[in-house]
Amino acid sequence: MVDLIWLVIALPLLGAVGLLFLGKRIGEPNSGRIATLLVIASFFIALIAALPAFGGDFEGENIFLFEWLPSLGVNFSLLWDPLSAMMTLVVTGVGALIHIYGTGYMDGDSRYPRFFTYLNLFIASMLILVLGDSFATMFVGWELVGLSSYLLISFWFEKPSAAAAGKKAFVVNRIGDFGFLIALMIIFATFGSLSYDTVFGNADKLQVGGATVTAITLLLLVGAVGKSAQLPLYVWLPDAMEGPTPVSALIHAATMVTAGVYMIARSASLFSIAPVSSGVVATVGALTALFAAIIAIGQRDIKRVLAYSTISQLGYMFMAVGATAYVAGVFHLLTHAFFKALLFLGAGAVIHGMHGEQDMWKMGGLRKKMPIAFGTMVVAWLAISGIPPFAGFWSKDEILAITYGKGGAWVALWAVGLVTAALTAFYMSRLMFLTFWGEPRWDDGIEPHESPRSMTLPLVVLAVFAAGAGLINTPFRPSLEHFLEPAFAFIKVAHAPEGITPWVLAGVSVLVALGGIAVAYRRYVTRTLPVEEGERWDLVENGFGVDDLYGRTIVLPGKAVAESAAFTVDAKGVDGLVNGVGGAVKRLADAATVLQTGQVRSYGTTMFLGAVAVIAWLLIRGGAF
Amino acid sequence: MFPVLAFLVGLPVVAAIVIALIPKSRSELLLPVAFGLSLLPLAVAGYMVWTFNTAGGFQWVESTIWLQQLRIGWTVGVDGISLFLVALTAFLFPISILASANISDRLRGYLVSLFVLETGVLGVFIALDLVLFFVFFEIVLIPMFFMIGIWGSSNRRYAAIKFFVYTAFGSAFLLVSIIALAVNAGPALQTISFQWNELAQVPMTSTLQTWLFFGFAIAFAIKVPLFPLHTWLPDAHTEAPTAGSVLLAGVLLKMGTYGFIRFNLILFPEATVKYGKWIALLAVIGIVYAALVATVQPDIKRLVAYSSVSHLGFIVLGIFALTLTSVQGGIIQMVNHGLSTGALFLLIGMIYERTHTRKIADYGGLASTMPIFSGFFLFAVFASVGLPGLNGFIGEFMVLIGSWQTFPVLTVVAASGVVLAAVYLLWAYERVFTGPPGKANKDLEDLNPREIAILVPIAFLIVLLGVYPKPVLDRMENDVNAVISRIEQSTSYERPTFDLEGQLRISVPAEQGNNSSGESSEGSE
Amino acid sequence: MTMSDLAVTAGWYMALAALLFSIGAIGLLTRRNALVMFMSIELMLNSVNLTFVAVGKELRTLEGQIATLFVMVVAAAEVTIGLAIIVAVFRRRATASVDELSEMKG
Repeated sequence: MVDLIWLVIALPLLGAVGLLFLGKRIGEPNSGRIATLLVIASFFIALIAALPAFGGDFEGENIFLFEWLPSLGVNFSLLWDPLSAMMTLVVTGVGALIHIYGTGYMDGDSRYPRFFTYLNLFIASMLILVLGDSFATMFVGWELVGLSSYLLISFWFEKPSAAAAGKKAFVVNRIGDFGFLIALMIIFATFGSLSYDTVFGNADKLQVGGATVTAITLLLLVGAVGKSAQLPLYVWLPDAMEGPTPVSALIHAATMVTAGVYMIARSASLFSIAPVSSGVVATVGALTALFAAIIAIGQRDIKRVLAYSTISQLGYMFMAVGATAYVAGVFHLLTHAFFKALLFLGAGAVIHGMHGEQDMWKMGGLRKKMPIAFGTMVVAWLAISGIPPFAGFWSKDEILAITYGKGGAWVALWAVGLVTAALTAFYMSRLMFLTFWGEPRWDDGIEPHESPRSMTLPLVVLAVFAAGAGLINTPFRPSLEHFLEPAFAFIKVAHAPEGITPWVLAGVSVLVALGGIAVAYRRYVTRTLPVEEGERWDLVENGFGVDDLYGRTIVLPGKAVAESAAFTVDAKGVDGLVNGVGGAVKRLADAATVLQTGQVRSYGTTMFLGAVAVIAWLLIRGGAF
Repeated sequence: MFPVLAFLVGLPVVAAIVIALIPKSRSELLLPVAFGLSLLPLAVAGYMVWTFNTAGGFQWVESTIWLQQLRIGWTVGVDGISLFLVALTAFLFPISILASANISDRLRGYLVSLFVLETGVLGVFIALDLVLFFVFFEIVLIPMFFMIGIWGSSNRRYAAIKFFVYTAFGSAFLLVSIIALAVNAGPALQTISFQWNELAQVPMTSTLQTWLFFGFAIAFAIKVPLFPLHTWLPDAHTEAPTAGSVLLAGVLLKMGTYGFIRFNLILFPEATVKYGKWIALLAVIGIVYAALVATVQPDIKRLVAYSSVSHLGFIVLGIFALTLTSVQGGIIQMVNHGLSTGALFLLIGMIYERTHTRKIADYGGLASTMPIFSGFFLFAVFASVGLPGLNGFIGEFMVLIGSWQTFPVLTVVAASGVVLAAVYLLWAYERVFTGPPGKANKDLEDLNPREIAILVPIAFLIVLLGVYPKPVLDRMENDVNAVISRIEQSTSYERPTFDLEGQLRISVPAEQGNNSSGESSEGSE
Repeated sequence: MTMSDLAVTAGWYMALAALLFSIGAIGLLTRRNALVMFMSIELMLNSVNLTFVAVGKELRTLEGQIATLFVMVVAAAEVTIGLAIIVAVFRRRATASVDELSEMKG
């Protein structure tokens, strides 16, 4: 079955191409069904192929597809190892659920088949990213998910804001890719190849903490920061919420944005010998986690809360992989995929039921109206807040424990993580309480209703995983760690501290989370709703004006430079010079036209005198005179 | 042996004559006949690509000396470097003819010009005699001049003359350099010779090399065009008819980059190693500068024209970085750019026929009214931006990865062009296609079958080359290797090796060839 | 004084040719009528022809006569085109005066 793993990519790709051309003819319900079935098929192929891996001691296998760029030492081949298997299962599994959800959510949209074309394209791209066996293939997937993301964010392109958001996402990602690209240049110059085998196989020959490996890893980090929406390149993700909600769930929460984490985990051989870079990764992660969590508190739009929450949670994952706790990072990636997809889909169900309303201040009291959405979202809420035994608790706690266990400056990062955990519990509770508790604050004419079966079914499935997925890697039974062990076999990874410490830490973080929930409960449920307006709230809601700041410091000056280059330097300077030379020649010629009288006889005279002069000169030179 | 290349170059000439002979009363036959005839060179080119021996070297060589005293003659051949440029040329002409259906004024002259142009371009890519090369190089000018000057839009005369004068200016340098080269070879060969392969064997003083290197370089730099010699291009592109723009971007500019490889690198290796970095510097300035200028162009065709300047910069950078990967990338990028920018110009032509405006501000919301058109346009945009899976990526990626070792700083700057390309093309797309459709654009018709038929073959090749470039890379690998090896043999240049010593090398090996003796444990060659 | 003293040597031909040429040149430069100017040019060409033949005979080669034949052919061709132009101009302008034909003035 491993040999057939290319089918995992090929099926959704086939779906994308087929629906691109035939989507209109296939029509509404069927195009969605075909797309969904293909992804489900992919999931089961991946599952069967991964079976041997569950037994443990699965080293990984390369599957050659075709020769690609020989002079870069890369073929188009896939790598099926525990890490890529796990990612594939997440992508196809969550992807399949979101496809199902999408068949209901997009019901009646005029470009329904096109939506599933793009979704399938995304799944295929993401799988290329995680399954490729070289940095070149990863880069291919990396860019292609950028494309799918662009297409899906600006899916409703008639809305100028959606179109702008799509472009912003692609361009900001490209800035990150710029770093990734330079990293690839250095990797190639150093190893003479871009394939994982060569690079990771020779990584131990590099000097630990040396300039090369530090440069490579820092530049890879730039790419990761772009794709995973970390400081300072996170600005595209909140805007990406312009896309349809299933997209936000799949791409901008569960899968694509975790590509940066995957990349760092995949390059663990390099990051683990670059302590400086790892420190930077962790610091970026911690700061992003805190920063985004603060902004999330001030959002009124339910999807934007979740967007900032995603950024914040990705920060945790960065913290983990920065602390060389790759398993913990990937673990959080996994649990986050479940509970965040669930949150988004639940939010989508709410929005769907509220006829497109996204402002939480115009919701309230939806508990009774949407029991399934409510019930499943509660699970996700507890999971993300870190309440045991839900999934988020185990993964987040492992990250915090390892960070604390590293001692020194890492304790500061742990503290940041802890504060973030409190904030997370608070803003998620705020979201839940504003939406589902209290009195209805709906606009007139809105009648909230539960969503169709196709939308609630994925919610339930995801809720099961959001509740239970943590159990695959508890301190008592670290199955995931065993499963992933071969992928990080020769790398020094950080482990959680031993003894009583982890229990104390876990207790602290649970207390903190409960505290966050309690504060929110008092603020939004037991008392009359506070008015969250005024300068401070505006500042937070606007994300501290970072967008404006970028606009003023980068976009506007950039445009000014471009304009002066185009209309002054090029038009007047370079071209002016050219036209100036042309003009000078023309003036010279004009001056010479005086000789051109138009009189034949004057020409004749000139010729005659010229001939006389030539003959005279010849005679003189010949000595005739 | 059958003279394949003479046949190839002769076909468009015959076609031009046939077109000229079609009686006035049957002028409705002009386009179909022209299209049919233009398929013949394509068939020959296809046969050549198919049967090309991947071992490399010149194939289908023909050599007849016309003038023994000066050794001028019909010496032609195709190797892995020129093969795909020939194929690209033969491919783009039928497309251009299909895209000319709206030309009603003096159609016959227009088609004859096209075929003469094809002869010239094909000749340039196969000539191995410098006089022959020069003649073909100049032949190209004349039909293009007429195409812009007669069938262009409002400001066509200015653009045509600018194009002509600019190029002729460069040609003067080229001619003088060619003659100097031939005369210099006199003592060594005991005859003046214009044969490329003979001249390549003749030693030269480094002063002469320098002068001739720049003589050739000026001509080619104008053609490419390199900053700051680029200002003819936006005007020419904007004013030219659609087919003119397609061919200009698709193949005419490649005559410059091809010339760099075939002549500068081979004939003046020492000067190439010494001054290549300055050419590369201009190329990189061009990448960033043209990208910036493109961003704010109000005219969509002008925007794409500037994007051409930016993209061609990558090709030149790759060529002068002198590594296998970078030069291969440069060559494949020539083909890629011809396809993707060609597609963009075709698309702009199609929308111009409907709206008669090229101003970005006049458009908006086209994606709702013309979904097929906007789909193709977005596809071409992403091919141009260098999205993996489409052809532009392969070239750009190889150029960048390969050039780093020779020009680290320049390459990093060049890589920023990748970001800027996304900015200007996607911003343009956003303004033209998204948002609610304006009143003027409400009733536009989507593409008709003829227009789709024009675009589909290009799109197919764009995907094919993007996914599976190996057949192309295979056919050029040995010849590119030979070019670099030649430079290594005749100068102190050594191609960079890979070192694992944990040291970042920022020094430029092109200058101090002996410095690159780093531990070469993972050499790819 | 013998017959040989009186023989017409090449020098005489040269002198005659020079004379004819000068007459032609002066005619060309002083007259306005295009037709007359044409005749003057013919005169100059023929003076050159005379030189060719004379020198050819003196040097006992055929080249001179061959050159003359060439010149005659060219002159004939030139006259044909030239007269055609003059006729065309005359039809349009009703004049053959070159002074009035100054369109080429820069």
